[in-house]
Amino acid sequence: MLKVVGVQTYYGKIHALRGVDLQVNEGEIVSLIGANGAGKSTLLMTICGNPRAAGGSIHFLGQDISRLTTDRIVRQGIAQSPEGRRIFPRMTVLENLMMGALTSEPSYFDNDLERVTDLFPILKERASQKGGTLSGGEQQMLAIGRALMGRPKMLLLDEPSLGLAPLVVKQIFQVIEQINKEDGVTILLVEQNAFHALRLASRGYVMVNGRITLSGGGEELLNNPEVRSAYLEGGAKV
Amino acid sequence: MEYFVQQLINGVTLGSIYGLIAIGYTMVYGIIGMINFAHGDIFMVGSFIALMTFIALGILGGIWLPLALLVTLLVTMVITAAYGWTVERLAYRPLRGSFRLAPLISAIGMSIFLQNYVQLLQGARVRPLQPVIEGHFILMKSAHFSVVLSYMQITIVLVTVILMAIFATLISKTALGRAQRACEQDSLMASLLGINVDRTISLTFIIGSLLAAVAGMLFLLYYGVIDFYIGFLAGMKAFTAAVLGGIGSLPGAMLGGLIIGLIETFWSAYFTIEYKDVAAFSVLVLVLIFFPTGLLGQPEVEKV
Ligand SMILES: Nc1ncnc2c1ncn2[C@@H]1O[C@H](COP(=O)(O)OP(=O)(O)O)[C@@H](O)[C@H]1O
Ligand SMILES: [Mg+2]
Repeated sequence: MLKVVGVQTYYGKIHALRGVDLQVNEGEIVSLIGANGAGKSTLLMTICGNPRAAGGSIHFLGQDISRLTTDRIVRQGIAQSPEGRRIFPRMTVLENLMMGALTSEPSYFDNDLERVTDLFPILKERASQKGGTLSGGEQQMLAIGRALMGRPKMLLLDEPSLGLAPLVVKQIFQVIEQINKEDGVTILLVEQNAFHALRLASRGYVMVNGRITLSGGGEELLNNPEVRSAYLEGGAKV
Repeated sequence: MEYFVQQLINGVTLGSIYGLIAIGYTMVYGIIGMINFAHGDIFMVGSFIALMTFIALGILGGIWLPLALLVTLLVTMVITAAYGWTVERLAYRPLRGSFRLAPLISAIGMSIFLQNYVQLLQGARVRPLQPVIEGHFILMKSAHFSVVLSYMQITIVLVTVILMAIFATLISKTALGRAQRACEQDSLMASLLGINVDRTISLTFIIGSLLAAVAGMLFLLYYGVIDFYIGFLAGMKAFTAAVLGGIGSLPGAMLGGLIIGLIETFWSAYFTIEYKDVAAFSVLVLVLIFFPTGLLGQPEVEKV
């Protein structure tokens, strides 16, 4: 479904992605783990065309999307819940969800809103509250809910568990599994929380300094001694 | 008392015009974080287009006045919006992403260009228009002074109120308004949701120019004379109004416009006319000391 080949990305002189290969098949949950600054967020943003890949190719559903503008790319069916959540702070929760629905048919709106508020009931209670007044966990739910409102074929999630209480993390991961199983949304999940992420995923990738250094099945990576020491037991980097 | 009421009427009229222009400053600032110094000149171009349309219609002759006004309004809005759109495409869009000062310099250049362009085409002298909307009510009368409310003043305030109502609905209730606000709050996120940010910025310039066009036409009808320099003066006032109300805040722009209009009018009426601009700017300084983000401005939300 998504095929990234040899992608290079620069921020000015900083060479953030140094030839990344990664593939996500339809219906999968694929996790991408790696230390802070490895280039995970950069990869998700490069898939969405901002910054643009300086080399390599990105195919989505067979089409090369690496030359398209961001708004055109997401209209192909890719949604992102980005790093930092990026909720519109001075819009209500409902308005934030409306913004997410821009890429789908208006006639789906009521249906999709119901689905999202089923997944995250708190969003219904907070519907008329301004986005900026939500707690971190609620903002994360809103960010995922907003991304779902566009009926994406593929969802890119950037560290959805960051800074959240364990109970909320559990709820978020449950929902991620649910939208994959029940709604058939393909998921590329970026996490530092390797344990949760790899357990959920059918496959995983490990990124170090702008390169993929390891890949394999979720279970397989979980049991990999290098991964264990670097990402699960708080050891040194791979 | 009568004198005071008269100044109040005059101040609100002038303030309405400033408010309409101020919205353009505040919207553009909101979305691209830049002061569009050419906006006052767009207002000036608008009033010249209105003048030329009136003259053209006058040559045709015998057109029912309300129809002539409506035609002039539409022509002025369309052509002025085209100017506003062009300014953005030529002077600002190519510089997006370059260092912060570049578009500002470009804006000042655009402002100078528009002034010279109109001066070249229309001459440097003031251009008059014979009164179009005449007549008035006498509201109060005393031995020495009668309070006059002219039809023109009613027109200005009425048009402003109607436009504000339409505009407020547009921004708060429509998809276009939501896209506009989204780009203002986080343009990267807006693009991740499928919004074409460049297009939304263009639309912002067009909306701002439409309001400035109406202000330009009202200014022409109210004062009856215009020259290529009115954009600079009115633009400065409107910009002050936008900052006073809180740059980025739409109700703030309107409120700021009214306050500046009132200060200017009352100062001219009770003190000396020479220092009316100083008075307006002094109030701005005072307000900014106590409300650094303006009267209705929100403190800068930290962007991630
Ligand atoms: N907007 C930016 N401008 C310049 N450098 C950036 C920017 N975003 C990220 N980087 C750099 O790119 C590298 C990868 O960052 P990032 O993709 O955020 O890593 P991760 O998400 O894995 O923590 C880092 O060295 C970071 O400093
Ligand atoms: Mg990151």
